[in-house]
Amino acid sequence: MKTENKIRQRLDYKVICDLVAPKSSVLDLGCGDGELLHLLSKEKHVRGQGIEINEKEIYKCVEKGLNVLHGDIDTELAEYKDKAFDYVILNQSLQQVIYLEQVLLNALRVGKKVIVGFPNFTYYKSRLQLFFLGRTPVTEALPYKWYQTPNLHFLSLTDFIVFCKEEKVEIIDRLFLKDDKIIKILPNLFALNGIFLIERRI
Amino acid sequence: MAKDNSVGIVKLKYYTFAQGADALGLDSGQKLGSIKVAYETYGSLNADKSNAILITHAFSGDAHAAGYYAGEKRPGWWDDMIGPAKAIDTVKYFVICSNVIGGCAGSTGPASINPKTDRPYGLEFPLITIADMVRVEKSLIESLGIKKLLSVCGGSMGGMQVLQWVASYSEMVASAIPIATTLKHSPQQIAFDEVGRQAVMADSDWKKGDYYEHTQPERGLAIARMIGHITYMSDESMEKKFSRRLKDAEYSFSFASDFEVEGYLRYRGDSFVKRFDANSYLYITRAMDYFDLSEVNIFPGDRMMNIKFLVIAFASDWLYPVYQSKNIIRTLKHNNIDVTSCEIKSTYGHDAFLLEVREQSRLISHFLKGVYENRK
Repeated sequence: MKTENKIRQRLDYKVICDLVAPKSSVLDLGCGDGELLHLLSKEKHVRGQGIEINEKEIYKCVEKGLNVLHGDIDTELAEYKDKAFDYVILNQSLQQVIYLEQVLLNALRVGKKVIVGFPNFTYYKSRLQLFFLGRTPVTEALPYKWYQTPNLHFLSLTDFIVFCKEEKVEIIDRLFLKDDKIIKILPNLFALNGIFLIERRI
Repeated sequence: MAKDNSVGIVKLKYYTFAQGADALGLDSGQKLGSIKVAYETYGSLNADKSNAILITHAFSGDAHAAGYYAGEKRPGWWDDMIGPAKAIDTVKYFVICSNVIGGCAGSTGPASINPKTDRPYGLEFPLITIADMVRVEKSLIESLGIKKLLSVCGGSMGGMQVLQWVASYSEMVASAIPIATTLKHSPQQIAFDEVGRQAVMADSDWKKGDYYEHTQPERGLAIARMIGHITYMSDESMEKKFSRRLKDAEYSFSFASDFEVEGYLRYRGDSFVKRFDANSYLYITRAMDYFDLSEVNIFPGDRMMNIKFLVIAFASDWLYPVYQSKNIIRTLKHNNIDVTSCEIKSTYGHDAFLLEVREQSRLISHFLKGVYENRK
């Protein structure tokens, strides 16, 4: 992993950690090696549960003392009861699921609140690469070549905001990041990543 | 003989209860007494008796899970997992393993003497269930002064006992590790058990279970075991282990065991009849077939919140397929219970729970560490 990427990771973890209330329950979808859940357990004393598809990462989570389910987030959410967790987190995993809409709506059902973090496809460097080079963009947040990417969905910060409006999902908080900085001005152009705290009241 | 990371020389111990009027009531409505339980322990119980782990054995297992009997070279059946600095660390934990009732490795079973007739029970032995096995284990655990187990851990039929412990005595369990197991026996599992039982009962030496003064139905029992062993492997593991290799250079053009796989199954069948009682085969397979926790709400809500689960399955296991472990997890999720699970990418089939030591050790050692540190 690139250094810039690591800094970004730490900042998004920190931002997410700040959004989570102490002693709450958290379901982290696509929790990887469990770094974020581990941080949340240490800093916020949450009751955490992870779901991860990669067997190797499962061992790393277990070594950190975390609860982690080996499974596919596209199919694993259905069995949870409504509002079973205070927070459901989808950080850097949403763009890789097959049934994005279904996963997101299910996350809003299972979690009282949902935290979504994803790379911004319309970052200015992406736009320049598309427009001037006629190439599929490669950026710090979307570092893969078109033939290697695990990402299935490419969305902008604005796309997500419009989606929330259409689905009557309330955005409680939104933070835009670039490397180790918070971006306030024209985020859809200048932010590499967006983190949203959302909920759906029914 | 005994290595540094072995529990060393161990001895089988016995616990007897349910005598006379205290006979144990069974699921079938019948009573059984007195009951003798063969068990082994490794490590030592700490002052507040909070470090006890019960290991539950699979269908043909026994109480000898770790260490060596004096003068013997073969260690217990899960010696790779139990011992100093192993996954189930006997320096930290007090480990107990007992032979199930209905078995034939020291605990009361159909080959034991029926106090009413002074002859072996045979088919007079009452039908038992997994819940009955667990009732007996609970009595043993209480007799050791243990109020709460740090964990109950076992594979296959051992995993059924783990789930039954949670269903029957959740207040006595801090964590549960069901491995390669199911909430209910499937028709395919029942079918294989039935073929095994029919092989035993079709042997003329079986004599309706009353064979103890003669030889036991060896052919039938050996065939049952051969079928069993096929279901414990996988297509891939058999290809690796035997392929089409011949024992001799050429075909014999007879029905001798030309292929290595035939020789292996015959050897397994023949060695099994030396250590296992045919009636126990019938009783224990029946207990597994009756096992079905799926209709019962085994996890009644908030009461269960504090039990932690580690569910392990193996990709190539077709006898207890991964979907059955997923059903266990589904029930846990539905009840908002913390769970860790792993589908280990193994080619060994059902046997993997005895063979995939490295991966299971990583999961179990860290899982137990967490449970131990957070115990109240």
